[in-house]
Amino acid sequence: MVQKKAENLNPPPQSSPHRGEEKGGGRYEPVIGLEVHVQLKTRSKLFCSCPNEFGAEPNKNTCPVCLGFPGSLPVLNQEALRLAVKIGLALGCQVAERIKFDRKNYFYPDLPKAYQISQFDMPVNAKGWLEIECKAPHLSPPPASAGGGKEGGMIRKRIGITRAHLEEDAGKLLHEGIKDGSLVDYNRGGVPLMEIVSEPDLRSSDEAYEYLTTLKAILQYLEVSDCDMEKGSLRCDANVSIRPQGEAKFGTKVEIKNMNSFRAVQKAVDYEIERQIRAVEEKEKISQETRLWNEAKGQTFSMRSKEFAHDYRYFPEPDLVPFTLSRSEVEAARKTLPELPTERAKRLMKDYKIPEKDAFRLVQEKKLVEYYEACVKEKVSPQLASNWILSELLGHLNQKGLTIDKSPVSATKTGELLRLIENNTISGKIAKDVLPEMLATGKSAEAIVKEKGLVQVTDAKVIEEAVEKAVQANPKVVQDFRSGKKEAVGFLVGQVMKMTQGKANPKLVNEILEKKLK
Amino acid sequence: MSFEIEQIAELARLSLKPEEKEKLRKDLESILSYVEQLKGVPTEQAEPTSHVLNLENVFRKDEVKPCDIREDVLKHAPQREGNFFKVPKVIEQE
Amino acid sequence: MSEASLTLKEAVTLARKEGADKIIDSLSKRVREVDGKINAYIQFDPARIEKAKTKGPLEGVPVSIKDNICTRGWETTCASKILKGHVPPYDATVIAKLRQAGAAIFGKLNMDEFAFGSSTETSTYGPTRNPWDLERVPGGSSGGSAASVAADEAFAALGSDTGGSIRLPAAFCGIVGLKPTYGRVSRYGLIAFGSSFDQIGPLTKTVEDSALIMNVIAGHDERDSTSANLPVPDYTKALKRDAKGLKIGLPKEYFVKGMDSEVEQAVRDAAKVYQKLGAEIKEVTLPHTAHSVAVYYIVAVAEASSNLGRYDGVQYGFRAKNGNLRDLYFETRDQGFGEEAKRRILLGTFVLSAGYYEAYYRKGQKVRTLIREDFDRAFKEVDLLLTPVSPTPPFKLGEKMKDPLTMYLSDIFTIAANLAGVPAMALPCGFTKAGLPVGMQLMAKPFAEETIFHAAHAYEQETQWFKRKPKI
Repeated sequence: MVQKKAENLNPPPQSSPHRGEEKGGGRYEPVIGLEVHVQLKTRSKLFCSCPNEFGAEPNKNTCPVCLGFPGSLPVLNQEALRLAVKIGLALGCQVAERIKFDRKNYFYPDLPKAYQISQFDMPVNAKGWLEIECKAPHLSPPPASAGGGKEGGMIRKRIGITRAHLEEDAGKLLHEGIKDGSLVDYNRGGVPLMEIVSEPDLRSSDEAYEYLTTLKAILQYLEVSDCDMEKGSLRCDANVSIRPQGEAKFGTKVEIKNMNSFRAVQKAVDYEIERQIRAVEEKEKISQETRLWNEAKGQTFSMRSKEFAHDYRYFPEPDLVPFTLSRSEVEAARKTLPELPTERAKRLMKDYKIPEKDAFRLVQEKKLVEYYEACVKEKVSPQLASNWILSELLGHLNQKGLTIDKSPVSATKTGELLRLIENNTISGKIAKDVLPEMLATGKSAEAIVKEKGLVQVTDAKVIEEAVEKAVQANPKVVQDFRSGKKEAVGFLVGQVMKMTQGKANPKLVNEILEKKLK
Repeated sequence: MSFEIEQIAELARLSLKPEEKEKLRKDLESILSYVEQLKGVPTEQAEPTSHVLNLENVFRKDEVKPCDIREDVLKHAPQREGNFFKVPKVIEQE
Repeated sequence: MSEASLTLKEAVTLARKEGADKIIDSLSKRVREVDGKINAYIQFDPARIEKAKTKGPLEGVPVSIKDNICTRGWETTCASKILKGHVPPYDATVIAKLRQAGAAIFGKLNMDEFAFGSSTETSTYGPTRNPWDLERVPGGSSGGSAASVAADEAFAALGSDTGGSIRLPAAFCGIVGLKPTYGRVSRYGLIAFGSSFDQIGPLTKTVEDSALIMNVIAGHDERDSTSANLPVPDYTKALKRDAKGLKIGLPKEYFVKGMDSEVEQAVRDAAKVYQKLGAEIKEVTLPHTAHSVAVYYIVAVAEASSNLGRYDGVQYGFRAKNGNLRDLYFETRDQGFGEEAKRRILLGTFVLSAGYYEAYYRKGQKVRTLIREDFDRAFKEVDLLLTPVSPTPPFKLGEKMKDPLTMYLSDIFTIAANLAGVPAMALPCGFTKAGLPVGMQLMAKPFAEETIFHAAHAYEQETQWFKRKPKI
């Protein structure tokens, strides 16, 4: 299996000239909505007591209920509803006072009852939002829901969440390499899902990507799901349309499915925007349809199987009674919410005085911010820790295809390394070489510094000697410096470093040189 | 009223033989005419009944209970392959 | 006299003394003798009988089961081609309860396909015949259940009732059939027709037998979200010999022009008996009765169309030979379902479809509320409602098969009880001059089965109709 790079550690790629507003000469505004399905981490399935687990032997985790056998009946998992309420609260939703379930009727081999028990008109949650960071739009005014601050051309924008409801997952079909047929595994059938539908407030593929990473972070903080697209515990469909700039009416909406990563969503959305712009420019009609993303070809294709326009014939599920959610229950649930990413970022900014950009970067992944805070507890400067973790550590981990929770260097060990910098034992520059050594060997910073004799030279006498030598050996450079070329000092610093095997404390070198050259 | 039997049969996944189709269409039109009587019943004050018992909030605990019916089920399946159910090829895209 | 002609109570009493083997043999002999003519059983094989493994109140006495109730390891077909070969991997809750109570599982009984019918003529196994007149229907859809009990081929049978499917056959076969309050008996393992209407109930020779079965099968089931969490009383204690203190209402909408005069007379005579037994009789009104059938053929049928979506040949039952995925669905369902099933699936699909949902399904649900309210109001005035079960005595085979609506209207007196969820019992109240059984219906408010048992037993003991048996 190809090892994928850690999904969300890559910063969003630089916008190419063909991204976002620049497409079609900026004459069109993309309108994007995302539908995310998240598997909830309950022990048992939504309507039966089969295990909710990934990777079991085919059809092992089944019973008459999730197989949809004649005569079977559903009974709601209390924990699933509790998690659904938590998610709604974390997404700023109004949690309904009365909810019910409905049948969504359609035929497909992975749907044993020929209906999915879902929620239609009385969902658990509605009217929520989340905040993403995105480029300040320069062509069209942001939707009324956009909020907050500015920072270097980036703003924080609110994306509305129309609804988030509970429903059961379907089984899995296998097609690859099966001779004359397809195989069905119902282990996944009946697993609880939360369907989270955004308002069509997104205006670019970058925003779509940000929305997904933000949503994933929130859900991870809540510990309600693994949010692992590879395991299918998080799935995303996109609705994409375009309209002329300034036009209030929405264009024809196209649904895109079959994207297996956040990156794929980004690419698929981009492709689709371009495709629609091209179509409009060539006076072709855009059909309201479902298209599948083909990762290998980098294109969306119309679905070949001509399904009749889905008439799901929703009606209230007679086998399940309605549920009431008292306001006191909901408030009690609100009290159990953990500190969510935005709150945590704000706290980091307040407590540790790190910049907003870094704070929001750190909170994007629960394991990352936990690593950071553990590191800071090692009594190192929060700013130093933040810089080092975000650039150096993540840079190396990324290259190795590792996520922060798989880091061979623990937060404690990183803290040790940073302490060595802060107490001047080694220079920052040297430390940049020590870290990869730590990652490769698992040895502690102290051990490596000792082994390799990397301790910084802070003895003024030693440095003075070296400085003297450098000055003596390079009279012309000294002359250049004294006659106004200030940057010439860099060469001299370099010479001193060479003489001290790079171990001289740069600050001291500069001080002593400066004195010498006066 | 005219009953679009082909559309409904498609939705219901029934492929009706021509003889069946005509008889069923007539039957259904007749039944629908009969149920039309409800149109005249005043229901502005009535809430729809989805459940006759006034039960609410029936849950189960989030516990796993073992259930080992896989072999029982597969051995009676119309077509199986190992531990899977088998169906004709499902085509999703080209 | 063979043991087969005993009531359940008598059989249990005998089994307690002598064990159940002789009783089972006797019953098997009887089935072999007469079922060729009656065709009540889909599955009966003496070698297959599952004797009781535990001791319990039923003492090993056999009970027979309508073939839409899941019995583990026994083919359960709903009398449909599409479920041929379907062997449930689990027992319905009522079956587990019967087993725990010491019952033997004797055989599976014939029915209308998927319970769609009032005459047991739509079964893929051929019709069941009325033991009182083999040219006539036994009623449906629990025709096999009723006929077997009436013909002494069973001591007791389980049936199901969605619009009258226990009560109509009970009336047509001259026996006792109870549809419990919705939620009184678990539906887990009952192959669904109309999920908000269906109930499993007993068909028996006497009212006391019915109480014995109800004691076993009633009760809360955590596997059924729609099952009531209420204690089960000992229904046998509710049986009384008089009707003193009972207020019985005769709803005027149930005595309509066009109904058979002998049927009407038999029920009115029953009212007189109740007066003699000390009850007060008064006229009441259930104004929306006439709409019951229309509501049912929208709402119940809509639920049915959805419940029957799962029959697609993927996991169990019949699958059409060869073909692509489209064929899997279309051919399997077209070949597997009978005509009435198709009719109801199409109708149900239609009333739920886009553009029609409001006008049909939702409207139907609203009128259902009005019908429920009729009952609520009536039960403020009276304890019981006394009505006929059917507008006619048992009709001839084939008589109502040409026009579906004619068949649907046989349920005109029974459907409302399912719409409202109230308990209702059919019991014999006489015979026509031609010797065909006539049944009457007692309805009570939700969870008041005891009131029904009280009044039914009093009437039964006073009139002794149950002593008369068909000559087969």
